[in-house]
Amino acid sequence: MSRMRVLAAMSGGVDSAVAAARAVDAGHDVTGVHLALSRSPASDRVGARGCCTLEDARDARRAADVLGIPFYVWDLAERFETEVIDEFVADYSAGRTPNPCVRCNERIKFAAVLEKALALGFDAVVTGHHARLDEDGTLRRSVDPAKDQSYVLGTLRPEQLAAARFPLGDSTKAQVREEAARRGLAVADKPDSHDICFVASGDTGAWLRERLGPRPGPVVDAETGETLGEHDGAYAFTVGQRRGLGLGRPAPDGRPRYVLEISPATSTVTVGPSSALDMRSLVAERMVWPHDGPVSCTAQVRAHGGVVPAVVTARGDELDVRLAEPVRGTAAGQAVVFYDGDRVLGGGRIRSLAA
Amino acid sequence: MRGRVRAVVPRPGGAPEWQLPSTDVTYLDHAATTPMRPEAVAAFTAVLTDAGNASSLHAGGRRARRIVEESRESLAEVLGARPSDLIFTAGGTESDNLAIKGLYWSRRAADPRRRRILVSAVEHPAVLDTASWLARRQGAVLETLPVDETGLVAPEVLRAAVESDPASVALVSVMWANSEVGTIQPVAELARVAHARDIPFHTDAVQAFGQIETSFAASEADALTISAHKIGGPVGVGALLVRRGVEVEPLAHGGGQERDVRSGTLNTPGVAAFAAAAAAVTAELPAERVRLASLRDDLVRRVLAEVPGATLNGAAPGAGRLPGNAHLTFPGCEGDSLLMLLDAHGVECSTGSACSAGVARPSHVLLAMGAGEAHARGSLRFSLGHGSSAADVDALVAVIGPVVARASRAGELAGLSAG
Repeated sequence: MSRMRVLAAMSGGVDSAVAAARAVDAGHDVTGVHLALSRSPASDRVGARGCCTLEDARDARRAADVLGIPFYVWDLAERFETEVIDEFVADYSAGRTPNPCVRCNERIKFAAVLEKALALGFDAVVTGHHARLDEDGTLRRSVDPAKDQSYVLGTLRPEQLAAARFPLGDSTKAQVREEAARRGLAVADKPDSHDICFVASGDTGAWLRERLGPRPGPVVDAETGETLGEHDGAYAFTVGQRRGLGLGRPAPDGRPRYVLEISPATSTVTVGPSSALDMRSLVAERMVWPHDGPVSCTAQVRAHGGVVPAVVTARGDELDVRLAEPVRGTAAGQAVVFYDGDRVLGGGRIRSLAA
Repeated sequence: MRGRVRAVVPRPGGAPEWQLPSTDVTYLDHAATTPMRPEAVAAFTAVLTDAGNASSLHAGGRRARRIVEESRESLAEVLGARPSDLIFTAGGTESDNLAIKGLYWSRRAADPRRRRILVSAVEHPAVLDTASWLARRQGAVLETLPVDETGLVAPEVLRAAVESDPASVALVSVMWANSEVGTIQPVAELARVAHARDIPFHTDAVQAFGQIETSFAASEADALTISAHKIGGPVGVGALLVRRGVEVEPLAHGGGQERDVRSGTLNTPGVAAFAAAAAAVTAELPAERVRLASLRDDLVRRVLAEVPGATLNGAAPGAGRLPGNAHLTFPGCEGDSLLMLLDAHGVECSTGSACSAGVARPSHVLLAMGAGEAHARGSLRFSLGHGSSAADVDALVAVIGPVVARASRAGELAGLSAG
């Protein structure tokens, strides 16, 4: 690879720090940028904008200092709010279960940031995602199956991937941590982030309740149609959820009940037995699918799930997906990503599922 | 100033590392800090290994005390003050805090009606945030004085604010010269407005000191803030000048140093270096003032020629503006993009302000001057100081055109448009 001007997105975590370090080692002219995505009013200045990413920004800056690269903070809080947070709330409000990381990759990291970087004269954007990107633009899984992030990148368009670089795809997380320690990067032992970054408490239901207010409705048995209880807001439920239904009495057959369906229009949460969760087909929208005719492949329907054999057929703006084995634990709004072995073929957003 | 050497702090157990910057550096950020002058380095290092505690009674203590007092006298002389007016502090921020809180507490203790703090809208955060903290926690009423489109506080504006209820005003604070746009305030006139109602007047002279004549006597102020590192002294040293008879409650209690107003062992090397820098800057000032103004005028003229849409913010170059200050807006660009691109070319300058995480914010100074948010965001401050040369201006002029062209392409994506 010839010498390029590279922008390294540095979150303050270990992965992006090592990714930036590898770009430096590869001989590129690397500039580190931390993305300030959220804002909080915790500042002394009257009317000033505070930053809740203070700690992460500091960690990222320290890593950049150790690497000897320039470092800046880009304020993308406004874009993030409209493109990711507002959409997240709207999705839940509409009964979908969104994946904000997918959205952030589609609209912020590989859109707003990438476009600004290219306009400013950078050739590529480097991130610490665990995925491989071949010279020909093929996206593949990381060699570390436990840390693979190709799923949250699977809906990126070819032109977005063209200017992206993922230097960590050939390494396991353990190797990345070891390398960080060897390089003297203080973030080597920093815990992995798991939660949704803008829900500080980790309690998504409570966070949504604050924004959407109470929207009470019935909890209905799918088989009998009987109202089993009441809830404060359907948005606090996800399809496949078992705990916290607050029904107070077991099903007649004694087996646990799960959320099967959420109807925001009537604020109805439908529950039923686990067998009713089995989904054998789905329709995807907002897809990236550069293929003709039915394609036999495998499908992944949630961030940390396995794959099932599938046949994908494009129909206009939608993908019709037949699954060879039933899947559970996904819902409208989640991403579906298609693979051939470890190769990403494309993906989309799940619009509906059917048994 | 070009080709600086940067030190890297050694790791525990490791040898010091030194790194040369990859490109020559064009330093146009003297208002942020300016390199230490040789005279200050010499004074600092001479005292560093020798000084005793200036409060001790033995010979070492007496030596230290003598250095401190001679430094105090020397600084007082160049500042048109009496030695006893000077209270040494750890810098400009502490001096501003001491002035605002100290005056407020003492004035309110004498008369509980005195709760209003009048400050200009373009003050440094060391004044603005201190006053707003007093408003939130200590019962003060903060009133910011509006400025005109050049950043100037008109004496009539202050008079109207005072006269609305003179007995309730605790203090007035207006900076001598603005840290961002370099506008010089009519401090003596403003002080007279306050004094007409027996109200103490403080001025933050951190940016003015060393760039223009700053006589404490001529300013007619009751308290005045200065900082060493802005004039080629070390960081971590400053002073608050307080006129005799003006009561200031201390922030730091303890050993009773500095007239019982600022306890703490005196920073003898720092104070000695401060005085040495002040003597040097004062001796050079008449010539340097003219030299910097001409360099600055050249910078502004040539940048405007390269970037026809750019505009100069603040007062017109001349007596109303710091000689080393050029503050420009580049429409359609974001200041942080400009800064990053210039930095990549080895040109170091500044945007308005950034929060502690590093997010660039639109300058409160420009907003107070009536600029829109986009205009405020698209601005850069270039500040000249000792060591600045025509080569620095050449280096900036050589890259500013392409840099602005690039930044405005990025600005279009952000929805900013030129013109």
